[in-house]
Amino acid sequence: MWADAIVTLIKLAVVIGVLLTTVPIMVWVERRGSALIQDRLGPNRVGPWGLLQPVVDAVKLITKENLIPDGVDHFLYILAPFIALAVALSTFIVVPFGQGDGLTLFGSKIHGFIVAPDLNIGILYIFALAAFGVYSIVIAGWSSNNKYSLLGGIRSSSQMISYELAMTISVVGVLMASSSFRLDQVVMAQTGTWLGFIPKWNVFPQIIGAITFMVAAFAETNRLPFDLPEAEAELVAGYHTEYSSMKFASFFMAEYINLVTSSALIVLLFFGGWTLPGLTIPHGWAGAILSLVIFAAKVAFFLWFFVWIRWTLPRFRFDQLMALGWKVMIPLAVVNFLWVGVAMALGIL
Amino acid sequence: MNPTMIPIPSAWILYLSAVLFVIGAIGVLLRRNGISIFLALELMLNSANLAFASFAFRFAGASATAAHALNGQIFIFFIIAVAAAEAAVGLALFIAMYRRKETIDVDRFNILRW
Amino acid sequence: MVTYVFLAAAALAIVFGILAIAHRSPIINVLSLVVVFFALAAIYAVLGMDFLAAIQLIVYAGAVLVLFLFVIMLLNIRSVDRLGSGRRLQAILGALTSIAIGAAVVVAIATLTPAQGAVAPGSQGGTAFPIGRSLMTTHLLPFELVSLLLVAALVGALVLARKETR
Repeated sequence: MWADAIVTLIKLAVVIGVLLTTVPIMVWVERRGSALIQDRLGPNRVGPWGLLQPVVDAVKLITKENLIPDGVDHFLYILAPFIALAVALSTFIVVPFGQGDGLTLFGSKIHGFIVAPDLNIGILYIFALAAFGVYSIVIAGWSSNNKYSLLGGIRSSSQMISYELAMTISVVGVLMASSSFRLDQVVMAQTGTWLGFIPKWNVFPQIIGAITFMVAAFAETNRLPFDLPEAEAELVAGYHTEYSSMKFASFFMAEYINLVTSSALIVLLFFGGWTLPGLTIPHGWAGAILSLVIFAAKVAFFLWFFVWIRWTLPRFRFDQLMALGWKVMIPLAVVNFLWVGVAMALGIL
Repeated sequence: MNPTMIPIPSAWILYLSAVLFVIGAIGVLLRRNGISIFLALELMLNSANLAFASFAFRFAGASATAAHALNGQIFIFFIIAVAAAEAAVGLALFIAMYRRKETIDVDRFNILRW
Repeated sequence: MVTYVFLAAAALAIVFGILAIAHRSPIINVLSLVVVFFALAAIYAVLGMDFLAAIQLIVYAGAVLVLFLFVIMLLNIRSVDRLGSGRRLQAILGALTSIAIGAAVVVAIATLTPAQGAVAPGSQGGTAFPIGRSLMTTHLLPFELVSLLLVAALVGALVLARKETR
């Protein structure tokens, strides 16, 4: 009992620690990456290759004056960044991040590299919590008493509802193929190969679903080309126009943590998690660490993919965004789900 | 979880559902703003869900069959679907009403009254 | 443990339920209702109805209440009338009726046979599998009808909220 609790606490601490350390790394990658793509130098003054720039940024944000503008709704104004960060940090507990079955720590089973191994609703939990993420943006937009913030909030609420549908439906195909809501079992269903060389990843039979999911993930994390709630050319900074110092930093951190969760989900659902074709991961700690490394590498690739897309594509117009969501993404997701159903009924999949 | 844990009397759940229902009913009857009435209505629907949840357990223990025990949950599932449909239509209605009169105070929509 | 979770969730639901119908800011109303729904989801979860808890949060907190927020922001309603600010008689009668209904329900509950009244938490198959199977076999017809209802609601909402072009 106590050993279990301690193991869970350790896992929780590790997950939160890793998530929070990813943020400064991602900030650096984003700034250097954008510079690379736009043929600039990027931050290069602080530390080698500007590596210490995020630290300096953090110090700046912490020491900045904590400004609360006149006319805001105080309670809601302060609540919004808290919700953003809390939701971002708590979605990760059902995400498995490596093959940790049968391992023991201090003589107690660790039940896999996942904080909440007993939660059999798995991915539904992520969707349920992600639903709370939109509240932080809407509350921020509403309580700021600023028309640009309000517009950002309205845009965000309609964008989230629209793309959540596409996202959920595109996941249905994967859930059918692996007949479980649990992400570790989704990964388990993707081990092995077809014809000896094509890895059994969901992305191959369900390429449409994978594309839909990724597009929806961009919309759900408010990343360019879908960052309409904070479109700086139209709305100053959208929902966080009135936020400064650490309250702004909370939104900022939440965005990058959500990015990590989205990348992890893309890897787990469509790219086989920690499996690699032609590689049998051994049991025990060596295999566990190997699987961790593979998983981290895949997630890192998709994190870079998010940065890459952001600095490559221009922003959509809002009506285009909604049209894309309702008239293209949802039908495509349904096509994927129908195809998986038919293929499973015919025994192809 | 194991079934040997200390059980909750299912009447407690029913009492909670009754209290929520009354709160919702007061909200529906005493507010005049369309959106607020609608919110209170959602609360009433949810209290009904809770009652179904409680009955699902109440009769699960005695009458044995597993399918029987699920009926309560299936009911809640359908109520949630109906509530979602109702919210979509109702809110669209309020937008249409607001366009016409610039208010959603239900007392102002009385042209059908004799 | 389960009992404490239930009691905490119940207290939360009642307090925020009152806030949801009594506060003057519509945003606070909606957010309080989010807390109520969260508390109800917690109750479903401790009863072992995991799937239902997730659906409750996804549909209510994730879709229905966000829709409410969207409409409130679209119409820019900053504050609403106080509870019972209409006609005095109407308010009193309304409150009395509601409380009378509540009292009747409470009496009815108290007279229920207490025999099988205890809930053993988690003893049910509340996971997606039995529910999905049940929806696709025993309850197939209502399930299909619900999809029809949702389509009707979708079309209805579109028609109602459409800008009138003449």
